Amino acid sequence: MARHEGRGMASVNYPIGMNLGGDPSQALIHSNPDGKFTVALSAIDLGQGMKQVSRQIAAETLGVPVEDVYVDTADSDTGPHDMGSFASRGTHRMGNAIIVAAREARGVLLEAAAEELEVNAADLVTDGRGNIHVRGAPSRSITVKATAQAAQFKQGKTIAGRGIFLIPLSAVDAETGEMNPNTAFAHACLVADVAVDDETGEVEVLRMTSAYELGRVINPRMVEQQLVGGAWMGISHALYETPEPYYPNPEHGPRDFNEYLMPGPGDIAPYHVTVLERPAPDGPFGGKGPGEMCANPVLPAIANAVYNAVGVRVDELPITPEKILRAIRANGGVKPGPRRGGPVNWR
Amino acid sequence: MLELRKDLFADERDDNLNVVGKGVQRQDMPGHVTARTRFFDDHAFDGMLHLKVVRSPHHHARIRAIDTSAAERAPGVKRVLRGADVPVNKNTLLSLINFGKDDEPSLAVSKVSYKGEPVVAILADSEAQALAARKLVRIDYDPLPAVFDVEETLKPGAPVVNETYPGNYFEYHERFDHQKLRFGDVERGFAGADIVMEHRYQMSPIEHAPTETNGSIAAPEQNGRYVVHSCAQGLFFALGTTAKIVDVESNMLHFIGGTVGGGFGGKVDSLTEPLAVLGAMLTGRPVRFVLDREEEMLYGSPRGAERIYVKDGLMRDGRIVARHIRSYFDAGAYTRLSSYAAIKCTAHVPGPYWIPNVASDIYVSYTNRCPSTAMRGFGVTAVDFALEVQMDRLAEAASMDPMEFRILNAYRDGDMKPHRRAAKNTALVECVQVAAEKANWPLSEQAKRASSLLGGGAGDRAQIPATQLDARGQIGRPDTRSGPVTQVLPAGTSRIAPSKQPVMEGARDGRAAPTQVPRYEPQRPAAPPPPAYQPAPPPYQPGGSYSPPPAYQPASPPPAPPPPAAPAQPQHGAVRFSSVFGTRRR
Amino acid sequence: MAKLPIQFRLNGSDRATFVDPASNLLDTLRRGLGDFGPKYGCGQGTCGVCTVLVDGEPQLACLTLAVSCEGRQIETASGMADGPHLHPLQDAFMDHFAAQCGFCTPGMLTAARALLAKNPQPSREEVVEAISGNICRCTGYEPIIAAILAAASGTSVRRA
Repeated sequence: MARHEGRGMASVNYPIGMNLGGDPSQALIHSNPDGKFTVALSAIDLGQGMKQVSRQIAAETLGVPVEDVYVDTADSDTGPHDMGSFASRGTHRMGNAIIVAAREARGVLLEAAAEELEVNAADLVTDGRGNIHVRGAPSRSITVKATAQAAQFKQGKTIAGRGIFLIPLSAVDAETGEMNPNTAFAHACLVADVAVDDETGEVEVLRMTSAYELGRVINPRMVEQQLVGGAWMGISHALYETPEPYYPNPEHGPRDFNEYLMPGPGDIAPYHVTVLERPAPDGPFGGKGPGEMCANPVLPAIANAVYNAVGVRVDELPITPEKILRAIRANGGVKPGPRRGGPVNWR
Repeated sequence: MLELRKDLFADERDDNLNVVGKGVQRQDMPGHVTARTRFFDDHAFDGMLHLKVVRSPHHHARIRAIDTSAAERAPGVKRVLRGADVPVNKNTLLSLINFGKDDEPSLAVSKVSYKGEPVVAILADSEAQALAARKLVRIDYDPLPAVFDVEETLKPGAPVVNETYPGNYFEYHERFDHQKLRFGDVERGFAGADIVMEHRYQMSPIEHAPTETNGSIAAPEQNGRYVVHSCAQGLFFALGTTAKIVDVESNMLHFIGGTVGGGFGGKVDSLTEPLAVLGAMLTGRPVRFVLDREEEMLYGSPRGAERIYVKDGLMRDGRIVARHIRSYFDAGAYTRLSSYAAIKCTAHVPGPYWIPNVASDIYVSYTNRCPSTAMRGFGVTAVDFALEVQMDRLAEAASMDPMEFRILNAYRDGDMKPHRRAAKNTALVECVQVAAEKANWPLSEQAKRASSLLGGGAGDRAQIPATQLDARGQIGRPDTRSGPVTQVLPAGTSRIAPSKQPVMEGARDGRAAPTQVPRYEPQRPAAPPPPAYQPAPPPYQPGGSYSPPPAYQPASPPPAPPPPAAPAQPQHGAVRFSSVFGTRRR
Repeated sequence: MAKLPIQFRLNGSDRATFVDPASNLLDTLRRGLGDFGPKYGCGQGTCGVCTVLVDGEPQLACLTLAVSCEGRQIETASGMADGPHLHPLQDAFMDHFAAQCGFCTPGMLTAARALLAKNPQPSREEVVEAISGNICRCTGYEPIIAAILAAASGTSVRRA
């Protein structure tokens, strides 16, 4: 028995949002009389962080502290229409809708402040800490709170905004496939180091190293959550998971978590991600969305690393020990490929 | 571990924002760690009924007779539902955007097309009573031959899985049994290549396995409405689907959700909401319909399997000159969302590379298994696996390092993609370079100097080539799956009008001058808008000393780009999928 | 079937209810007593999202008969915080962004709490072992492991 180490890589891109467009998102924002804002949506937080991404984009655009924004989602009586949380569309589509809504609300906020300060609204700026002041003259200022109170009780203005973002639906040509698919694409390259046991056929992922280009990072901690969790799912897809292990034969499938295999906390691999930011021209502050693609490069990178380690190609996922052992046998034994590079430059 | 490389593309970005870009705490985290977060099932209702469905034990069978009399008399049972009780017992999810034909019942009536298909629903006072009564339902089946392979099912004489699509494939554009992509002349490309290579790849189905299973609670609300606590990934998607199936106006339904215990695509299908609402309407009681883990695993709709054939023409210097992809999505018994994934896959071909001749044929096949649905990376994950393993093979065949091979073939800004739109905002080259550096994978100096900003769109790379068209794969005509070229489209031909490309504040496309920025200000009446509504949009001003970089306030927008070439065919006005594919729901 | 009376202490308070003899503790807590902290994930003891402490021992509430809890101390994630003051594990989970959808979090916290009560300075391997019955589909486990180790060493510092 021997363990053979190997290294493989893959590079991918990923379209952000529903492929052909036609997937609107709406947002409503209003202030309470103390200058605290509520964002009403019907977007869904599945764990990907929709609420917090919405909150940060709203706070940034309004020019108020993030603590002064609360995202209320999803209630169909109060949150306007949104297509949903799928297709990596949440940050991009809803983020843009929120910017539109927040700009309108900010417009009224500054107009109300201008009336109080007796200046032109175009000369006002926010400091992101709850104050509005004349550009270049910080002493001529008013708080967002005082502004909201004046708007509500004195001026009779609603500090509120409506937003929608829609990329119009594209047609598709039947004969050529010509279409206007997504306008924003994220990118990634991932290197997987594996060890393959030629007696058991088991693959251990030793470590992974990746670079992701995701447009503007709205919240780096949440990007890290997505990429690390998604890479785990990538390992799981590559090596463990399927309800039909002998597909297309539908039999012998797992029925529960005892039989449906996934890596446990003891099976995870050290992972280093470098994030690049090339802002999307049509993204909110240039943001794209890492939600789906984070597993994609892992599958082929592991398959290629297995080939580098033992010289067999497993072209049917998942790459189970059974398939590896059969392939090694068919290949007349283990045939390791060339070593690629040295120890990783991290940790 | 996450590291930000702020030095790359720095001139395309302003890193001066107040809270965007900061790793501030999630709004929902305090609720998560204190267990106060409320998911759909974390709501108490007095007198709540529990709904369980009786599922088909057969992959494919006629239903001869259904006898629910014993179940109806069982302890605690308040109601038994059959297909005839469902007001609109045929639906397809994308009918909400007018794409595809209704093909799936909520409760099967005359035939079951997959093992696990719901036939009867039981509502009882307790879950245990519903489960006990489930065993008392007698269904007389006449088993039919079943088909499980995505290619076998397309052959003449295969058992018809889904009568709405009798050829066992989704019908595209009312013309073809697959979606085509044609760019250049792949046959000529293969003929001129030094090496031609074709391989078959397959992804098996995958279960989403969210820790929270699919489910919903529906309850009568005041004013005759119904509240629905839902785990849907699209709140209005679920609301619209439910309103259609139970045949009520949308304002009769009050959907609450937004906090979901994992989805990954598995909570798009509205698996439980319609029957829960129907049960609440018919009994006047709150109804809880939650899948147990086994149901979730076996019948909660998986990521569909895909079989992908990739054929490449390669030159010895490492350039890929032609790529053809033939792929089969396994939809299972009903369409759900697979029809959409095939289009997304078509747009993704040939991956993030520039190749002068590209073609693909993407099929959606019906088989006698649980309908598949969206999952994380829908339409892309499996083809990326196929493409990137194929790229590894091609690199080896060209005796090139895999990283160098990717950089050589990577698409760059300005390159024409096979769906006839120029690539922009690309960054594959830089991702490869950075990953190689961190992994200590040596690259040549030439590869290190490559850039997504350089070399794209040069010469042929920006052009739409003359393209061979064909009429292969006509609906109902499997004999036409091979056939001659019917027409050669001249170089530069475009038939689909470009979409208006929105550009948002805070981003710009680095190389060009600052992009013209449609402001996305709210629509205003034609009357002069109040000037105060147009303050400078939020270039954030931290303190007085900061002055914003030019990107935020493009002083002089560049001249408008020349208008695109007029499309050869005028577009329909209606923005609906029916205008895209010509398949209107029934 | 006749219901049986049952009493136990739940998160420090005396509670009483009536249950079917076959009822499990999970349904009793959620539907009977309104503690929605423990979740339903599988009903088979394979996912850990229903983990609670019974007399300090981690138990899967879906496999525990409610009647077997008569007179016992039940603790759930809902009762981990001391009033407004979070438990160090809760702080650490926040610091490490150790939750995404949050569905596994109550069970994960409870499993970790049981570990630290017995073994205040666990090794990484001991942490992995302690949560190996708890499935998380979002995070890839690393932030959860890091959070538990940080809570144990008292080094949890808000990074945000």
